Amino acid sequence: MTAIKTENLTKYYGKNRGIIDLSLTVKKGDFFGFIGPNGAGKSTTIRTLLGLINATNGTAEVLGFNVKENKTEILKNIGYLPADASFYKGMRVKEILKLSSDLRGIDCSEEAKVLCKRLDLDINKKINELSLGNRKKVGIVCALQHKPELYILDEPTSGLDPLIQHEFYTILQERNNEGATIFLSSHILSEVALYCKNAAIIRDGKLLACDSVSNLSHSDVKRVTLKGAAEIPQNDNIRDLKKEDGITSFLYNGKPDTLIKELATLRFDDVTITDPELSEVFMHYYRKDVEQ
Amino acid sequence: MPLILHELRKNCLAVLIWTTAITFMLGVTIVIFPEMAGQMGEMENMFAEMGAFTEAFGMDRINFGEFSGYFGIECGNVLGMGGAFFAAVAGIAALSSEESHNTAEFLLSHPISRARVVTLKLLSVISQIIILNVVVVGIVVLLTAVIIDNPPYKTMFLIFLSYFILQLQIAFICFGISAFIKSNAIGLGIGVGFMFYMTNILSNITKDLKLLKYLTPFSYTDSADIISNGHLTYKYLLVGATFAVIGIALAFIKYTKKDIA
Repeated sequence: MTAIKTENLTKYYGKNRGIIDLSLTVKKGDFFGFIGPNGAGKSTTIRTLLGLINATNGTAEVLGFNVKENKTEILKNIGYLPADASFYKGMRVKEILKLSSDLRGIDCSEEAKVLCKRLDLDINKKINELSLGNRKKVGIVCALQHKPELYILDEPTSGLDPLIQHEFYTILQERNNEGATIFLSSHILSEVALYCKNAAIIRDGKLLACDSVSNLSHSDVKRVTLKGAAEIPQNDNIRDLKKEDGITSFLYNGKPDTLIKELATLRFDDVTITDPELSEVFMHYYRKDVEQ
Repeated sequence: MPLILHELRKNCLAVLIWTTAITFMLGVTIVIFPEMAGQMGEMENMFAEMGAFTEAFGMDRINFGEFSGYFGIECGNVLGMGGAFFAAVAGIAALSSEESHNTAEFLLSHPISRARVVTLKLLSVISQIIILNVVVVGIVVLLTAVIIDNPPYKTMFLIFLSYFILQLQIAFICFGISAFIKSNAIGLGIGVGFMFYMTNILSNITKDLKLLKYLTPFSYTDSADIISNGHLTYKYLLVGATFAVIGIALAFIKYTKKDIA
Protein backbone atom coordinates (compact mmCIF):
# COMPACT_ATOMS: atom_id res chain seq x y z
CA MET A 1 0.00 0.00 0.00
CA THR A 2 1.18 3.50 -0.77
CA ALA A 3 0.65 6.43 1.53
CA ILE A 4 1.59 9.08 -1.02
CA LYS A 5 1.82 8.74 -4.77
CA THR A 6 2.31 11.59 -7.19
CA GLU A 7 2.61 11.33 -10.96
CA ASN A 8 4.14 14.10 -13.02
CA LEU A 9 2.92 16.57 -10.44
CA THR A 10 3.52 20.09 -11.72
CA LYS A 11 2.72 23.43 -10.19
CA TYR A 12 3.38 26.83 -11.65
CA TYR A 13 2.52 30.06 -9.85
CA GLY A 14 1.73 32.10 -12.92
CA LYS A 15 5.03 31.88 -14.74
CA ASN A 16 7.03 30.98 -11.66
CA ARG A 17 8.10 27.42 -11.10
CA GLY A 18 6.83 25.53 -8.11
CA ILE A 19 7.48 21.88 -8.98
CA ILE A 20 7.96 20.16 -12.32
CA ASP A 21 6.98 16.58 -13.23
CA LEU A 22 7.39 15.30 -9.72
CA SER A 23 6.74 11.56 -9.46
CA LEU A 24 7.12 10.27 -5.94
CA THR A 25 5.93 7.20 -4.06
CA VAL A 26 5.95 6.81 -0.29
CA LYS A 27 4.93 3.43 1.13
CA LYS A 28 2.70 3.02 4.15
CA GLY A 29 4.73 2.65 7.31
CA ASP A 30 7.69 4.56 5.88
CA PHE A 31 9.71 7.22 7.65
CA PHE A 32 10.43 9.42 4.69
CA GLY A 33 12.66 12.47 4.38
CA PHE A 34 12.10 15.06 1.70
CA ILE A 35 15.30 17.02 1.33
CA GLY A 36 16.09 20.14 -0.62
CA PRO A 37 17.44 23.66 -0.29
CA ASN A 38 15.14 26.62 0.38
CA GLY A 39 12.82 27.31 -2.52
CA ALA A 40 13.30 23.85 -4.05
CA GLY A 41 9.58 23.09 -4.00
CA LYS A 42 9.23 21.07 -0.78
CA SER A 43 6.40 23.15 0.64
CA THR A 44 4.72 23.40 -2.77
CA THR A 45 4.64 19.60 -2.98
CA ILE A 46 3.26 19.28 0.54
CA ARG A 47 0.65 21.98 0.06
CA THR A 48 -0.52 20.28 -3.13
CA LEU A 49 -0.86 16.97 -1.27
CA LEU A 50 -3.10 18.69 1.29
CA GLY A 51 -5.22 20.36 -1.36
CA LEU A 52 -4.26 23.85 -0.17
CA ILE A 53 -3.09 24.61 -3.70
CA ASN A 54 -4.17 23.04 -6.96
CA ALA A 55 -1.68 21.29 -9.23
CA THR A 56 -1.23 22.74 -12.70
CA ASN A 57 -0.72 19.23 -14.05
CA GLY A 58 -0.34 15.65 -12.93
CA THR A 59 -2.09 13.69 -10.20
CA ALA A 60 -1.58 13.09 -6.51
CA GLU A 61 -3.02 10.36 -4.32
CA VAL A 62 -2.84 10.28 -0.55
CA LEU A 63 -3.86 7.15 1.40
CA GLY A 64 -5.44 5.83 -1.79
CA PHE A 65 -7.65 8.87 -2.34
CA ASN A 66 -7.32 11.42 -5.12
CA VAL A 67 -6.32 14.78 -3.68
CA LYS A 68 -8.77 16.73 -5.83
CA GLU A 69 -11.81 14.53 -5.27
CA ASN A 70 -11.54 13.27 -1.69
CA LYS A 71 -9.75 16.05 0.10
CA THR A 72 -11.87 15.92 3.26
CA GLU A 73 -11.50 12.14 3.53
CA ILE A 74 -7.71 12.49 3.25
CA LEU A 75 -7.50 15.30 5.80
CA LYS A 76 -9.30 13.17 8.41
CA ASN A 77 -6.33 10.84 8.52
CA ILE A 78 -3.52 13.36 8.23
CA GLY A 79 -1.61 15.31 10.81
CA TYR A 80 -0.07 18.36 9.17
CA LEU A 81 2.54 20.68 10.60
CA PRO A 82 3.09 23.79 8.45
CA ALA A 83 6.57 25.27 8.16
CA ASP A 84 5.33 28.54 9.60
CA ALA A 85 2.77 27.59 12.22
CA SER A 86 0.48 30.57 12.83
CA PHE A 87 -2.59 30.60 15.02
CA TYR A 88 -5.40 32.94 15.97
CA LYS A 89 -4.01 35.75 18.08
CA GLY A 90 -5.48 36.25 21.50
CA MET A 91 -6.35 32.59 21.95
CA ARG A 92 -4.73 30.37 24.55
CA VAL A 93 -2.83 27.22 23.65
CA LYS A 94 -5.50 24.98 25.16
CA GLU A 95 -8.19 26.79 23.18
CA ILE A 96 -6.29 26.22 19.94
CA LEU A 97 -5.85 22.53 20.73
CA LYS A 98 -9.54 22.26 21.62
CA LEU A 99 -10.55 24.06 18.42
CA SER A 100 -8.39 21.73 16.35
CA SER A 101 -9.95 18.61 17.88
CA ASP A 102 -13.46 20.13 17.67
CA LEU A 103 -12.93 20.79 13.96
CA ARG A 104 -12.11 17.10 13.63
CA GLY A 105 -15.14 16.20 15.71
CA ILE A 106 -13.17 14.05 18.13
CA ASP A 107 -11.99 14.37 21.70
CA CYS A 108 -8.18 14.28 21.91
CA SER A 109 -7.77 15.92 25.31
CA GLU A 110 -5.97 12.94 26.90
CA GLU A 111 -3.42 12.63 24.11
CA ALA A 112 -2.98 16.42 24.02
CA LYS A 113 -2.15 16.40 27.73
CA VAL A 114 0.49 13.71 27.25
CA LEU A 115 2.07 15.46 24.27
CA CYS A 116 2.17 18.87 25.98
CA LYS A 117 3.89 17.31 28.97
CA ARG A 118 6.47 15.52 26.84
CA LEU A 119 7.18 18.62 24.75
CA ASP A 120 7.13 20.93 27.77
CA LEU A 121 4.37 23.19 26.46
CA ASP A 122 2.38 25.48 28.77
CA ILE A 123 -1.25 25.24 27.63
CA ASN A 124 -2.39 28.31 29.57
CA LYS A 125 -0.19 30.75 27.66
CA LYS A 126 -1.62 32.99 24.97
CA ILE A 127 -0.45 32.45 21.39
CA ASN A 128 0.92 36.02 21.21
CA GLU A 129 3.19 35.36 24.18
CA LEU A 130 4.84 32.30 22.66
CA SER A 131 8.31 32.14 21.15
CA LEU A 132 8.80 30.67 17.69
CA GLY A 133 9.79 27.32 19.16
CA ASN A 134 6.80 27.16 21.48
CA ARG A 135 4.45 28.09 18.63
CA LYS A 136 5.98 25.22 16.70
CA LYS A 137 5.15 22.92 19.61
CA VAL A 138 1.49 23.98 19.42
CA GLY A 139 1.57 23.01 15.74
CA ILE A 140 3.14 19.67 16.60
CA VAL A 141 0.48 18.84 19.19
CA CYS A 142 -2.25 19.83 16.68
CA ALA A 143 -0.68 17.49 14.14
CA LEU A 144 -0.20 14.60 16.55
CA GLN A 145 -3.04 14.69 19.06
CA HIS A 146 -5.59 12.84 16.91
CA LYS A 147 -3.15 9.99 16.12
CA PRO A 148 -3.51 10.06 12.33
CA GLU A 149 -2.33 7.43 9.85
CA LEU A 150 -0.07 9.83 8.01
CA TYR A 151 2.05 12.68 9.33
CA ILE A 152 3.06 15.39 6.89
CA LEU A 153 5.56 17.66 8.58
CA ASP A 154 7.07 20.67 6.87
CA GLU A 155 10.44 21.48 8.42
CA PRO A 156 9.26 20.27 11.83
CA THR A 157 12.32 20.98 13.94
CA SER A 158 13.16 24.56 13.00
CA GLY A 159 13.08 26.63 16.16
CA LEU A 160 13.09 23.66 18.56
CA ASP A 161 15.91 23.22 21.04
CA PRO A 162 17.96 19.98 20.80
CA LEU A 163 16.28 18.30 23.78
CA ILE A 164 12.79 18.90 22.42
CA GLN A 165 13.94 17.88 18.93
CA HIS A 166 15.08 14.58 20.35
CA GLU A 167 11.84 14.05 22.23
CA PHE A 168 9.88 14.97 19.11
CA TYR A 169 11.72 12.38 17.02
CA THR A 170 11.25 9.80 19.76
CA ILE A 171 7.48 10.38 19.58
CA LEU A 172 7.57 10.14 15.79
CA GLN A 173 9.48 6.87 15.98
CA GLU A 174 6.91 5.48 18.45
CA ARG A 175 4.12 6.44 16.06
CA ASN A 176 6.06 4.95 13.15
CA ASN A 177 6.51 1.71 15.08
CA GLU A 178 2.75 1.65 15.67
CA GLY A 179 2.31 1.65 11.88
CA ALA A 180 1.90 5.34 11.02
CA THR A 181 3.65 6.84 8.02
CA ILE A 182 5.91 9.84 8.52
CA PHE A 183 6.70 12.23 5.68
CA LEU A 184 8.86 15.17 6.64
CA SER A 185 10.67 17.83 4.72
CA SER A 186 13.95 19.22 5.89
CA HIS A 187 17.13 20.88 4.83
CA ILE A 188 18.90 19.52 7.90
CA LEU A 189 20.57 16.40 6.55
CA SER A 190 21.80 14.97 9.81
CA GLU A 191 18.26 14.46 11.13
CA VAL A 192 17.15 12.81 7.91
CA ALA A 193 20.21 10.56 7.93
CA LEU A 194 19.55 9.68 11.56
CA TYR A 195 15.81 9.00 11.56
CA CYS A 196 14.54 8.42 8.02
CA LYS A 197 14.42 5.09 6.21
CA ASN A 198 13.95 6.55 2.75
CA ALA A 199 14.55 9.94 1.29
CA ALA A 200 14.08 12.01 -1.82
CA ILE A 201 16.16 14.95 -2.93
CA ILE A 202 14.47 17.84 -4.68
CA ARG A 203 16.05 20.84 -6.32
CA ASP A 204 14.68 23.56 -8.58
CA GLY A 205 11.30 21.84 -8.49
CA LYS A 206 12.59 18.56 -9.83
CA LEU A 207 13.14 15.25 -8.10
CA LEU A 208 16.84 14.39 -8.32
CA ALA A 209 16.97 11.14 -6.41
CA CYS A 210 14.70 8.92 -4.37
CA ASP A 211 16.07 5.91 -2.54
CA SER A 212 16.74 4.43 0.87
CA VAL A 213 18.94 6.60 3.02
CA SER A 214 21.63 3.87 3.07
CA ASN A 215 21.62 3.55 -0.73
CA LEU A 216 21.77 7.28 -1.15
CA SER A 217 24.84 7.35 1.06
CA HIS A 218 26.39 4.43 -0.85
CA SER A 219 26.00 5.90 -4.26
CA ASP A 220 28.63 5.92 -6.99
CA VAL A 221 30.11 8.95 -5.36
CA LYS A 222 33.17 8.30 -3.21
CA ARG A 223 35.02 10.59 -0.90
CA VAL A 224 38.75 10.30 -1.68
CA THR A 225 41.35 11.65 0.71
CA LEU A 226 45.02 11.73 -0.33
CA LYS A 227 47.95 12.53 1.92
CA GLY A 228 51.05 14.13 0.47
CA ALA A 229 49.74 14.30 -3.04
CA ALA A 230 51.09 16.74 -5.61
CA GLU A 231 48.85 18.35 -8.24
CA ILE A 232 45.54 16.62 -8.89
CA PRO A 233 44.69 16.70 -12.60
CA GLN A 234 41.42 18.52 -13.45
CA ASN A 235 38.80 15.98 -14.30
CA ASP A 236 35.06 16.02 -14.90
CA ASN A 237 34.57 13.35 -12.28
CA ILE A 238 36.21 15.32 -9.52
CA ARG A 239 34.22 17.73 -7.38
CA ASP A 240 34.45 19.53 -4.11
CA LEU A 241 38.26 19.60 -4.27
CA LYS A 242 39.81 20.74 -1.00
CA LYS A 243 43.50 21.11 -0.07
CA GLU A 244 44.63 21.64 3.48
CA ASP A 245 47.91 20.89 5.30
CA GLY A 246 49.09 18.53 2.60
CA ILE A 247 45.81 16.63 2.63
CA THR A 248 43.80 16.67 -0.58
CA SER A 249 40.19 15.60 -0.53
CA PHE A 250 37.59 15.39 -3.27
CA LEU A 251 34.34 13.69 -4.27
CA TYR A 252 34.77 11.25 -7.11
CA ASN A 253 31.74 10.57 -9.29
CA GLY A 254 32.64 7.70 -11.59
CA LYS A 255 33.36 4.01 -11.75
CA PRO A 256 35.63 2.69 -8.99
CA ASP A 257 38.01 1.00 -11.44
CA THR A 258 38.64 4.22 -13.35
CA LEU A 259 39.24 5.90 -10.02
CA ILE A 260 41.91 3.35 -9.17
CA LYS A 261 43.50 3.74 -12.62
CA GLU A 262 43.59 7.47 -12.28
CA LEU A 263 44.99 7.26 -8.76
CA ALA A 264 47.73 4.95 -10.08
CA THR A 265 49.12 7.80 -12.18
CA LEU A 266 49.55 10.03 -9.13
CA ARG A 267 52.14 10.11 -6.38
CA PHE A 268 50.93 10.21 -2.77
CA ASP A 269 51.79 8.86 0.66
CA ASP A 270 48.39 7.57 1.81
CA VAL A 271 44.82 7.17 0.56
CA THR A 272 41.38 6.56 2.06
CA ILE A 273 38.27 5.98 -0.02
CA THR A 274 34.97 6.20 1.86
CA ASP A 275 31.26 6.53 1.23
CA PRO A 276 30.33 10.15 1.55
CA GLU A 277 28.06 11.45 4.28
CA LEU A 278 24.47 12.03 3.23
CA SER A 279 25.20 15.72 3.38
CA GLU A 280 27.96 15.27 0.82
CA VAL A 281 25.60 13.38 -1.47
CA PHE A 282 23.23 16.20 -1.11
CA MET A 283 25.92 18.76 -1.88
CA HIS A 284 26.90 16.64 -4.84
CA TYR A 285 23.39 16.80 -6.31
CA TYR A 286 23.17 20.39 -5.34
CA ARG A 287 26.40 21.38 -7.05
CA LYS A 288 25.90 19.27 -10.16
CA ASP A 289 23.10 21.53 -11.20
CA VAL A 290 24.90 24.69 -10.31
CA GLU A 291 27.80 23.70 -12.51
CA GLN A 292 25.65 22.70 -15.42
CA MET B 1 -20.70 24.43 14.50
CA PRO B 2 -17.33 24.80 16.24
CA LEU B 3 -16.26 27.09 13.42
CA ILE B 4 -19.28 29.40 13.85
CA LEU B 5 -18.70 29.62 17.61
CA HIS B 6 -15.03 30.29 16.97
CA GLU B 7 -15.88 33.05 14.47
CA LEU B 8 -18.35 34.67 16.86
CA ARG B 9 -15.84 34.58 19.69
CA LYS B 10 -13.18 36.08 17.43
CA ASN B 11 -15.49 38.91 16.39
CA CYS B 12 -17.37 39.50 19.64
CA LEU B 13 -15.37 42.59 20.56
CA ALA B 14 -16.08 44.25 17.19
CA VAL B 15 -19.78 43.38 17.45
CA LEU B 16 -19.89 44.73 21.00
CA ILE B 17 -18.21 48.03 20.09
CA TRP B 18 -20.32 48.71 16.99
CA THR B 19 -23.54 47.68 18.76
CA THR B 20 -22.81 49.88 21.76
CA ALA B 21 -21.84 52.86 19.61
CA ILE B 22 -24.88 52.63 17.34
CA THR B 23 -27.31 51.98 20.21
CA PHE B 24 -25.89 54.85 22.24
CA MET B 25 -26.01 57.40 19.42
CA LEU B 26 -29.43 56.38 18.21
CA GLY B 27 -30.66 56.31 21.81
CA VAL B 28 -29.45 59.85 22.36
CA THR B 29 -31.31 61.12 19.28
CA ILE B 30 -34.53 59.55 20.63
CA VAL B 31 -34.06 60.99 24.11
CA ILE B 32 -33.53 64.54 22.81
CA PHE B 33 -36.50 64.43 20.40
CA PRO B 34 -39.14 65.94 22.73
CA GLU B 35 -36.89 68.92 23.34
CA MET B 36 -36.02 69.20 19.63
CA ALA B 37 -39.66 69.01 18.62
CA GLY B 38 -40.41 72.15 20.62
CA GLN B 39 -37.92 74.16 18.61
CA MET B 40 -38.75 72.41 15.40
CA GLY B 41 -40.64 75.30 13.88
CA GLU B 42 -37.56 77.38 13.15
CA MET B 43 -35.36 74.35 12.60
CA GLU B 44 -37.60 72.98 9.93
CA ASN B 45 -37.52 76.17 7.94
CA MET B 46 -33.80 76.18 8.24
CA PHE B 47 -33.47 72.58 7.06
CA ALA B 48 -35.84 73.24 4.16
CA GLU B 49 -33.72 76.13 2.91
CA MET B 50 -30.40 74.36 2.71
CA GLY B 51 -30.82 73.56 -0.97
CA ALA B 52 -28.77 70.65 -2.19
CA PHE B 53 -28.00 69.62 1.38
CA THR B 54 -31.72 69.32 2.09
CA GLU B 55 -32.18 67.14 -0.97
CA ALA B 56 -29.11 65.05 -0.27
CA PHE B 57 -30.65 63.69 2.90
CA GLY B 58 -34.19 63.61 1.55
CA MET B 59 -35.28 66.30 4.00
CA ASP B 60 -37.28 68.11 1.32
CA ARG B 61 -39.80 65.28 1.27
CA ILE B 62 -40.44 64.61 4.94
CA ASN B 63 -41.69 66.40 7.98
CA PHE B 64 -38.77 66.74 10.36
CA GLY B 65 -41.05 67.92 13.12
CA GLU B 66 -42.88 64.60 13.28
CA PHE B 67 -41.23 61.70 15.04
CA SER B 68 -41.34 59.36 12.02
CA GLY B 69 -39.59 61.90 9.79
CA TYR B 70 -37.03 62.74 12.43
CA PHE B 71 -36.45 59.09 13.21
CA GLY B 72 -36.01 58.23 9.53
CA ILE B 73 -33.27 60.81 9.04
CA GLU B 74 -31.46 60.07 12.29
CA CYS B 75 -31.69 56.34 11.79
CA GLY B 76 -30.24 56.84 8.31
CA ASN B 77 -27.29 58.73 9.72
CA VAL B 78 -26.53 56.45 12.63
CA LEU B 79 -27.77 52.93 11.85
CA GLY B 80 -27.43 53.49 8.10
CA MET B 81 -23.81 54.53 8.08
CA GLY B 82 -22.67 52.62 11.19
CA GLY B 83 -24.46 49.45 10.16
CA ALA B 84 -23.11 49.70 6.61
CA PHE B 85 -19.51 50.04 7.83
CA PHE B 86 -19.93 47.25 10.35
CA ALA B 87 -21.45 44.91 7.75
CA ALA B 88 -18.81 45.80 5.16
CA VAL B 89 -15.94 45.12 7.57
CA ALA B 90 -17.48 41.88 8.86
CA GLY B 91 -18.04 40.66 5.31
CA ILE B 92 -14.70 41.63 3.87
CA ALA B 93 -12.69 40.19 6.74
CA ALA B 94 -14.60 36.90 6.89
CA LEU B 95 -12.55 34.91 4.38
CA SER B 96 -9.54 37.16 3.81
CA SER B 97 -8.52 37.36 7.47
CA GLU B 98 -7.52 33.68 7.44
CA GLU B 99 -4.95 34.37 4.77
CA SER B 100 -3.80 37.76 6.04
CA HIS B 101 -3.20 36.27 9.50
CA ASN B 102 -1.66 33.08 8.07
CA THR B 103 -4.28 30.92 9.79
CA ALA B 104 -5.77 29.55 6.55
CA GLU B 105 -3.27 26.69 6.58
CA PHE B 106 -4.32 25.73 10.09
CA LEU B 107 -8.03 25.89 9.33
CA LEU B 108 -7.99 24.22 5.92
CA SER B 109 -5.76 21.33 6.93
CA HIS B 110 -8.64 20.10 9.06
CA PRO B 111 -11.23 17.78 7.49
CA ILE B 112 -13.63 20.53 6.52
CA SER B 113 -14.42 21.30 2.89
CA ARG B 114 -13.91 24.75 1.43
CA ALA B 115 -17.62 25.00 0.62
CA ARG B 116 -18.42 24.28 4.26
CA VAL B 117 -15.94 26.93 5.42
CA VAL B 118 -17.62 29.48 3.14
CA THR B 119 -21.10 28.46 4.35
CA LEU B 120 -20.19 28.61 8.03
CA LYS B 121 -18.34 31.91 7.68
CA LEU B 122 -21.33 33.38 5.87
CA LEU B 123 -23.65 32.16 8.63
CA SER B 124 -21.34 33.75 11.19
CA VAL B 125 -21.47 37.11 9.37
CA ILE B 126 -25.27 36.89 9.23
CA SER B 127 -25.37 36.04 12.96
CA GLN B 128 -23.22 39.05 13.79
CA ILE B 129 -25.56 41.33 11.85
CA ILE B 130 -28.60 39.79 13.53
CA ILE B 131 -27.08 40.25 17.00
CA LEU B 132 -26.30 43.91 16.30
CA ASN B 133 -29.78 44.60 14.97
CA VAL B 134 -31.65 42.75 17.71
CA VAL B 135 -29.85 44.74 20.39
CA VAL B 136 -30.17 48.09 18.61
CA VAL B 137 -33.84 47.59 17.70
CA GLY B 138 -34.70 46.20 21.14
CA ILE B 139 -33.22 49.09 23.08
CA VAL B 140 -34.37 51.81 20.68
CA VAL B 141 -37.97 50.50 20.62
CA LEU B 142 -37.95 50.34 24.41
CA LEU B 143 -36.69 53.93 24.65
CA THR B 144 -39.23 55.09 22.09
CA ALA B 145 -42.09 53.45 23.96
CA VAL B 146 -41.09 55.30 27.11
CA ILE B 147 -40.34 58.71 25.59
CA ILE B 148 -42.55 59.16 22.54
CA ASP B 149 -46.37 59.35 22.57
CA ASN B 150 -47.96 56.95 20.09
CA PRO B 151 -44.78 55.81 18.39
CA PRO B 152 -45.18 54.99 14.66
CA TYR B 153 -44.24 51.34 15.12
CA LYS B 154 -45.03 50.25 11.58
CA THR B 155 -42.83 52.93 10.03
CA MET B 156 -40.08 52.20 12.52
CA PHE B 157 -40.30 48.51 11.73
CA LEU B 158 -40.02 49.19 7.98
CA ILE B 159 -37.05 51.50 8.49
CA PHE B 160 -35.28 48.98 10.73
CA LEU B 161 -36.07 46.24 8.22
CA SER B 162 -34.66 48.29 5.36
CA TYR B 163 -31.37 48.84 7.19
CA PHE B 164 -31.17 45.19 8.17
CA ILE B 165 -31.52 44.21 4.50
CA LEU B 166 -29.01 46.91 3.54
CA GLN B 167 -26.46 45.49 5.98
CA LEU B 168 -26.98 41.99 4.63
CA GLN B 169 -26.57 43.18 1.05
CA ILE B 170 -23.36 45.10 1.76
CA ALA B 171 -22.01 42.21 3.83
CA PHE B 172 -22.70 39.72 1.03
CA ILE B 173 -21.07 41.89 -1.62
CA CYS B 174 -18.01 42.38 0.61
CA PHE B 175 -18.03 38.65 1.39
CA GLY B 176 -17.67 38.04 -2.35
CA ILE B 177 -14.74 40.45 -2.53
CA SER B 178 -13.26 38.75 0.54
CA ALA B 179 -12.74 35.50 -1.38
CA PHE B 180 -10.51 37.29 -3.90
CA ILE B 181 -8.16 39.15 -1.61
CA LYS B 182 -5.36 37.96 0.64
CA SER B 183 -4.76 41.11 2.65
CA ASN B 184 -6.87 42.24 5.54
CA ALA B 185 -8.90 44.87 3.76
CA ILE B 186 -10.80 46.68 6.50
CA GLY B 187 -10.03 49.93 4.69
CA LEU B 188 -11.46 48.52 1.48
CA GLY B 189 -14.58 47.42 3.36
CA ILE B 190 -15.17 50.87 4.83
CA GLY B 191 -14.51 52.29 1.36
CA VAL B 192 -17.22 50.11 -0.17
CA GLY B 193 -19.71 51.17 2.51
CA PHE B 194 -18.84 54.83 2.04
CA MET B 195 -19.08 54.54 -1.76
CA PHE B 196 -22.64 53.20 -1.51
CA TYR B 197 -23.55 56.01 0.89
CA MET B 198 -22.10 58.71 -1.35
CA THR B 199 -23.70 57.21 -4.45
CA ASN B 200 -27.10 57.63 -2.83
CA ILE B 201 -26.37 61.22 -1.83
CA LEU B 202 -25.20 62.03 -5.37
CA SER B 203 -28.31 60.53 -6.89
CA ASN B 204 -30.47 62.55 -4.46
CA ILE B 205 -28.84 65.84 -5.47
CA THR B 206 -28.55 65.32 -9.21
CA LYS B 207 -31.71 64.38 -11.08
CA ASP B 208 -29.63 63.08 -14.04
CA LEU B 209 -28.06 60.46 -11.82
CA LYS B 210 -31.33 58.84 -10.75
CA LEU B 211 -30.19 55.56 -12.31
CA LEU B 212 -27.41 55.36 -9.72
CA LYS B 213 -30.14 54.55 -7.21
CA TYR B 214 -30.14 51.01 -8.54
CA LEU B 215 -26.49 50.61 -7.58
CA THR B 216 -26.75 51.53 -3.93
CA PRO B 217 -28.72 49.78 -1.19
CA PHE B 218 -29.34 53.15 0.45
CA SER B 219 -32.01 53.72 -2.20
CA TYR B 220 -34.47 51.35 -0.55
CA THR B 221 -33.72 52.69 2.92
CA ASP B 222 -34.88 56.20 1.90
CA SER B 223 -37.22 57.03 4.79
CA ALA B 224 -39.13 59.66 2.80
CA ASP B 225 -40.15 56.95 0.32
CA ILE B 226 -40.90 54.45 3.06
CA ILE B 227 -43.07 56.92 5.00
CA SER B 228 -45.07 58.08 1.98
CA ASN B 229 -45.42 54.63 0.31
CA GLY B 230 -45.80 52.49 3.41
CA HIS B 231 -43.38 49.92 2.00
CA LEU B 232 -39.81 49.57 0.76
CA THR B 233 -39.19 50.34 -2.92
CA TYR B 234 -39.32 46.90 -4.47
CA LYS B 235 -37.45 47.66 -7.69
CA TYR B 236 -34.36 48.79 -5.77
CA LEU B 237 -34.73 45.89 -3.38
CA LEU B 238 -34.76 43.42 -6.25
CA VAL B 239 -31.59 44.81 -7.83
CA GLY B 240 -29.92 44.84 -4.43
CA ALA B 241 -30.86 41.21 -3.81
CA THR B 242 -29.33 40.31 -7.18
CA PHE B 243 -26.02 41.95 -6.22
CA ALA B 244 -26.09 40.12 -2.89
CA VAL B 245 -26.66 36.75 -4.56
CA ILE B 246 -23.85 37.44 -7.03
CA GLY B 247 -21.54 38.27 -4.10
CA ILE B 248 -22.29 34.97 -2.36
CA ALA B 249 -22.01 32.98 -5.60
CA LEU B 250 -18.63 34.53 -6.38
CA ALA B 251 -17.41 33.71 -2.87
CA PHE B 252 -18.28 30.03 -3.32
CA ILE B 253 -16.89 29.80 -6.86
CA LYS B 254 -13.63 31.52 -6.03
CA TYR B 255 -12.91 30.14 -2.58
CA THR B 256 -13.52 26.50 -3.44
CA LYS B 257 -10.87 26.68 -6.18
CA LYS B 258 -8.45 29.16 -4.73
CA ASP B 259 -4.76 28.49 -4.03
CA ILE B 260 -4.23 29.28 -0.35
CA ALA B 261 -1.14 31.36 0.31
